[in-house]
Order: sequence, then C-alpha cells, then structure tokens
Amino acid sequence: MELFKNTNYDFLGKKWPFIIASLVLTVAGFGSIALRGGLKYGIDFKEGALIQVKFASPPEDNKIREAMLHKIKGEVSVQDLSGNGSVNMVEIATEAKGQGESQLNANRNDMQSVLTDTFGQPGSGKLDLNNTSQSELANRLRDPLARAGVALSEDQVQALVANILGVSNTQHSGLLTDLSQLSSVPGMNAGIMNTLRQECYLAPFHVAGAQMVGPKVGKQLQEKAVEATLYALAGMLVYIAFRFEWIYGLGAVIACFHDTLITIGLFSLFGKEISMTVIAALLTLVGYSMNDTIVIFDRIRENLKISRKESLEAVMNRAVNQTLSRTVMTSGLTFLTVIALFVWGGPVLNGFSFALVCGIIVGTYSSVFIASPIVLFWHNYADSRRKSPVVGVSSAPRKAVR
Amino acid sequence: MQKNLKTRTVIIVVTILVCIFGIIGIPKSKADLVDNVKHNIRLGLDLKGGSHLVMEVQVQDAVKQDAQNTMEHLQQEGVKANIVWNSAEVSDPQSVDDADKVTATVKGVAAAKASDFRNLVGTEAPNYVLTALNSTDYSLKLKPSDLIDLKKLTVQGAIDTIGNRINDMGVSETSVQQYGQSGSDYEILIQLPGVDDPAKAKELIGKVAQLTINGVDKAHDTPFASREDAMAKLGGILPLNEKLYKMKPRVGGQGDEWYLVNSVPVITGKDMRNARPGQDDVRKWQTSFTLSPDGGKKFARFTGDHVNDKLAVILDNQIVSVATINERIEDSGRIMGLSTEEEAEDLSRYLRSGSLPASVKPLSENSVGPSLGADSIHQGIVSAIAGLLAVVTVMLVYYKRSGVNAVLALILNTVILLAAISYLHAALTLPGIAGVILTIGMAVDSNVLIFERIREELRTGKGVIAAVDTGFNKAWWTIVDTHVTTVVSCAFLFLFGEGPVRGFAVTLTIGLIANVFTAVFVSRTIFNWELSGQRGMEALSI
Repeated sequence: MELFKNTNYDFLGKKWPFIIASLVLTVAGFGSIALRGGLKYGIDFKEGALIQVKFASPPEDNKIREAMLHKIKGEVSVQDLSGNGSVNMVEIATEAKGQGESQLNANRNDMQSVLTDTFGQPGSGKLDLNNTSQSELANRLRDPLARAGVALSEDQVQALVANILGVSNTQHSGLLTDLSQLSSVPGMNAGIMNTLRQECYLAPFHVAGAQMVGPKVGKQLQEKAVEATLYALAGMLVYIAFRFEWIYGLGAVIACFHDTLITIGLFSLFGKEISMTVIAALLTLVGYSMNDTIVIFDRIRENLKISRKESLEAVMNRAVNQTLSRTVMTSGLTFLTVIALFVWGGPVLNGFSFALVCGIIVGTYSSVFIASPIVLFWHNYADSRRKSPVVGVSSAPRKAVR
Repeated sequence: MQKNLKTRTVIIVVTILVCIFGIIGIPKSKADLVDNVKHNIRLGLDLKGGSHLVMEVQVQDAVKQDAQNTMEHLQQEGVKANIVWNSAEVSDPQSVDDADKVTATVKGVAAAKASDFRNLVGTEAPNYVLTALNSTDYSLKLKPSDLIDLKKLTVQGAIDTIGNRINDMGVSETSVQQYGQSGSDYEILIQLPGVDDPAKAKELIGKVAQLTINGVDKAHDTPFASREDAMAKLGGILPLNEKLYKMKPRVGGQGDEWYLVNSVPVITGKDMRNARPGQDDVRKWQTSFTLSPDGGKKFARFTGDHVNDKLAVILDNQIVSVATINERIEDSGRIMGLSTEEEAEDLSRYLRSGSLPASVKPLSENSVGPSLGADSIHQGIVSAIAGLLAVVTVMLVYYKRSGVNAVLALILNTVILLAAISYLHAALTLPGIAGVILTIGMAVDSNVLIFERIREELRTGKGVIAAVDTGFNKAWWTIVDTHVTTVVSCAFLFLFGEGPVRGFAVTLTIGLIANVFTAVFVSRTIFNWELSGQRGMEALSI
C-alpha cells in the first residue's frame, strides 16, 4: 500500500497561510496567558500543598471546599481529576503565598485530618482502613486477633497486614467499599474478618498522594528546567550548523521554539497546568520536532548536490514531497501512540499526553512551513545582496554514502 | 555475504540473550520469573509509591552554635588569664543566607588589656577573625575557609544522622543524599520507597531534631500540670537560663507534665556514642549508653555536682525521659526504671541517633501512595499496549512483509531498553516513560525512512538487492543526524537538568543507541537473510 506516490505539491508556495496561522495561534496563546494573569503552574513550580483523593462516590466539591476553609488559611481549590481512566478523583490544593514552608507543611497535614473529620468516622474509635499504614494496622490488629483466638506469629501478622493493603492498593485502587472485598487475601478466615469488622471502618475516600512545594524549590526547579532546555537547544543548533549550515541550525531551533511556544499557549487556552511532567513532554516534542526538521533538511541537502541549477524553493518543495510519505507515516504512528496515552493514560499523564498531542501536530507542520521558509528567506536575501544565483550547499564535508 | 550474515546473526542472538538474561535472569518457575522481573526493573517512586522529600539544613544553627561555644571557651580561658569583659553576644541568624553573617560581639574589654585580649583570641580561637569596633569593643567572625568547611560538615552530618535514623525505622532502599552543589546548597534529598502512609513518612523525618540532656531545676523537680500552672507556682517569672519543656505524652500517663529545665545542655547528641536497651538484675527495663571522652568529662563534672538531682532527655523540644542521677557518671551510664521494652528501645534509639548538628526544614514533599502508583502503571501499560498494537497494525498493513522487520526491530528495541535499565540499576520513572515514547517514535521513524527510501529506489527500476542496499545507505546519514542531534540535547539536559529531566535524558539516550542497532543493523540483517534465501528475487514485499 502506498499513499503518496510521486506527489508534487507546492508546499512552500502555501507557506504564508500557515505562517499567519502560526502567528495567530501564538498571539492567541499569549493573549490568553496575559488575560489569565500568567501561566497556570502545577504544584511543582509554585508554592503550595495538595493532596490527591479518591472518593467512593462522586465527590461533593463544595462540601470539601467548605470543610477545608474552616481550618486552612488561604485559598483552597478542588479540581476534578476524573476521566482518563480514573473515577471520582479530586485534587485538593492550597496556595499559601508568602507563608513559608512550615505553614504549607501544616496545611498539607490539616487537609487530611479535615477529610477524616468530614467524611470519616472520627468518633467511632475504629481505624480507617482506607487511610492507614502497615505499622498502624498491624499495631491495631495484633492484640484483638490474639483475643479472638487467631494465633499468629509477629511475622504472620505483618504478612497478613501487607497482603490486606496489597489487595486494597492493587485491586481496588486503595479504596475499599466493603470489607468482604478482602476475602481474596491469602490466609483470610472468619476470625480475621470479624476482628477487622470490629476494629476498622472504611472511610469513603482514600488519600492517594500528597505534594508540598516550598517557595525555594519551586523557583529552583523552574529555573533549572528552563536553563537545561535552552542549553539543549543551543547544543542542537551548534551540531546542525556543523553538519549543514548555520542558517539551517537557526531555522530548526526557531521551529522548535515555535512549537514550544504554541504548545504552552494552548495549555493556557485550555486552562491546563504546566507541571514537571509537562516539561518532560515539551522536551519530547522538541526532540520530535527536531527529528522531523532534520529529515527534511537532510533531503534538501542531498537534492542540492544533484541539481545545482534549480531554484532553492523548487529543491525544497521536491524534498518535502519526497519525504511526505515518511512524514505522514511517522507523525501518524506517533500520533496514535500519544492518543492512546491521552485516552487511557490516567490523570498523572494527562498534561503530558496533551502536550504531545498538540506538539506532534505543530511540530510536523513547523518543519515544512517554519524551518524551511527561514532557510529560504535567508538565502533569497543573501542572493539578492550578492546578486549571484548560486545557492550554497553544505559547508561541512559529507562522505559519499557507503 | 553468507559469512557476513552468519556473524551478524551471532551478534544479534548474543545481544538478545544478554538482554533477556538482564531482565528475567534464569527463572526456575513462573513465580520466579515474576520476582526476577520485579527485582531487575526497578520502578521509580512515582510509579511504585513512596516519598521524595527535600530538606534544607539550617547551617546557620551550626555556625551560631560554633560562635557560642567559642565565646564560652574564651570566657573560661579569659577568667584564668584575668581578662574579663562586660558582655558577649552572638547575632541570631534567621535563614541559611544569614549563615555567613554570624558575628559575635564582645563589649567592654578594658583598654589596658587590649593586646592581652588579642593574644587570647589568637591562641584560643585561631579560626576567628578579630576586628576592633572601638577601644573596648570587638567583633569576631569565623574565617571564610573555616566557614565553608563547617557548613559542609554540617550538611554531611545531617545526611549521616538522618540516614541512621531512617535505617533505624526499618524502611528499606532509602537514600539520603546531597541535593545541589556541595558547599553552596544546603539541601538534602530523602527518598523513602514504599512508605505506605505519606503523612507518616513526613513524621519520621520531622522527628529529626536536636537531642540534648539538660539538668532539671532542683527546686522544682516534680512535674507541673501545665504551662500556666508552672508560671503560677513560679510567681509569674521564668528563672534566668531556664525553660519549660513539655513531656512527650506516654501511654498510661496522667495528663500533661511540664518540667523546668536549665536551658544550657549538659551534653548534646554529638557527645553520645552508643545506646542500647537491656534488662537489669531484677529484669526491669533500662537503657545503657556510652559517651565520647569529651562528653564523658562534661557529664562527670555535672553529675558529680548534682547527685540526686534530675536530668531531662530532650528531643525535638520535647522531654522524652526524666531520670534521677544516682551517682557520678563518666563515659557510660544507664537510665533505669523504664516500664516497657518499647520505652527502653525508643529511648536508646533517640540517644543513639545522635543529634543533628543543625535542624532541617522541609522544602518540598512529593508522596505517591502505592495505589496511585499502581493505577499509573496499569494505565501506562494499557495505553502503551493500545498504542503499540495500533503501530504494529498500520506497519503491517502499509509495509506488508517488511513491516514484520520493523515490528521485530521495535520489540527488540524495547527489550534492549529494559535490559539497559536493569544493568545500569536505574529506575523507571514517569519522565523515563516519556523518553521511552520518544524512542518508540524515533524507532518507527527510522524504519519508515528506510522503507520509503527502498520504495523510491525500486520505483527508479533498481533490482531488489540494489534497492535495499541503496535505501539503507541513503537513510543512514539521516538517521545519524537525527539521532546525534537528540543525543547532544540529552547530554545538555543531563548536565544542566535535575531529577525528572535527567531521567528523561538517560532513557532517551539508551533508547536511541539501541535504535541505531535495531533499525539499521538488525533490520538490515533480516532483509539480507530473506534475500539470500531467494537469490535473484524479483519482488520485495514492501
């Protein structure tokens, strides 16, 4: 099967609509950033504390927010994380600008106790099996088990407790709704089950994770990530300049920049948060976009060697057409994997896959409509100044292929 | 060509075997296989669950402590040499940035004794720089080189102590390490895998604080019921150099207990060498401890003077134990009369873990519960399989038989990547998975590039063998350029990035190297193998 056989589209002739579209997208993105008063950063980049909580039934955001406000100073936000393969999950976050690390720490601990007070059974004297640790549960069960006539050694108690939590975490996402769900635990018997029923209850929520980021670390991470990315871009520019010509390196790097800016703009337009995993995604898309650009540049370089008489624009068009099949296949296939990630990847990977979905689309067309025109503009400009029609080819020596 | 093909096949088979061994070892049963995979492919904290804490060591505490100790020492030596002054004060640093500004100010040294004072500082505190403020007042500051050493030692001390304390808690595979640059950053990174309750993990580290043993006020050695009660009994004024501390609540204790304690410690955790629980002759629980020679001298002097008085063991501004001094204790002693084995164990752990030279402040925490980690793995696997299936289907439909090459190369690439992670003892994290995804993308791209080139060559009317040959050769330089560019960027990301960014760079680099091998070398070998079987073949399924 072949989709694109000897195509001959005039890609570079249609560059302007795409360049304008890019400009519009960039302006829209930045306009949205300005309107919203800056980017929405994830917890890793700003100061704050948050916990991720799974509920047994659809969570009542308002009830959560109100309960939190009684105890916690500052703003409290409750964000729904449902979808993407997770249900009834929320992220409760507090921002504490200028309150320092110890306040954040206190907030993070308070949030958990507020949840227990509001949704749990704090007065029952029982242990919440959905929010406990192995040692806590072991300590709680050890004596009652002995009293109930279930003879277990200390090692057996520890193994039992580990298995109970293991089944809960791996088979029920850490959130049990009925103790009978534990009947599959190895070594479970009626005596143990009775003891569990007497000593434990199941709160309708499970704290799945917690983050706290003080002002110092947030700023540092942000600076480090930006610094590393800029150095990486510079490194690529130098390599491409060495292999091709400096203007090719510049074109490729500007195209990558363009992709990153538009993706960041789209994050703002869709109200999504920039977190550390999103940074990883941006790095991925820089790599992807660069790869795509180099494939086309490589073909341009090759074509320039054989046909020196043709105009650069015609050579470029031919290169894009020749690689069209490859571009569509690669982008399409990568897009498939990323879409799978976006649909089934869960809340943790949502921002990551969103960035890649945007990035692959933008990164693919930027190679054709941004990177190549930059090289073309420069050469046309240089030629008009030199008044010589010959187009420069790679300055770097390239050995004939094996 | 036949011989060449054999060598290539051997190389590939050996690589596959080495990689598979790296991932699954030599399993003897099905359970063994699962265990080996779990052991070899280590998951990062974000996937397996655990806590990731960044703490800042308050180095200014140590600098201040050093200045105070030095002033105390100077005062003692000064009295001996008949040099006295009115007051000595050490500035109170608020944050780590103030550590370099800690200054001791000495006021009221008689002008006639100025040169004697200078000599005293020169011999007794040679690592301090003395500056005269006027004829009677002076300021002292630690020399810059000594300051740097002190800060480094403090951070290292904190790392060691926290490491000991965590190990004592029985959490396995923990790591406590310097975060950022030694000497200019005072942060430490603590990783606690598998701690199932994030709040508890924090509490474990939160316990980390200074341990001191202080004398209890002789006139008030029975506990007060509350701070208010104490203040009322003291007539509303806290005696000079004394502080009220609360006793840590005990099981079976009757309400709060507060003690009036001398604020200057007799010894600190630094003087503590070892401590362990045990039983005395009548099988009552006790904790015995040994002190450093220096600490022993201090302790002997104090206990000799205060027989029958009480001592308080203070940890984290909370009294964990109060004991009566029965006799003069030098470098080893016992705290007797403890009610349970647990109490004896806890106390010896408090004593043994020593004291941090400076307190630590939490800067950030990232805790992922095991359930969230399990969810992420599950969702990650589902989406990876869905994505791969889609890719495989399209490749097979679009490139027919040659698509099989690409699929084999893709699978082998993933196997090599996993094996490399296992051999390098790296851990697979979420950003690492991002690297894997880009690797798969680029692996697909390499195959597509090669196949499209072969098709182009076939279209020009070349024979099958020549087309495959030229296709691979022409695609080769494109593959080199794309891969080297990405590796260059990975090198920078690794050098300048941190944590997650580095994980991404490492997996991507391994993946790219594996990809050059699988997409070019392995795929080529499969083509050659097919072609050699049917010499002069007219059509290639591509």
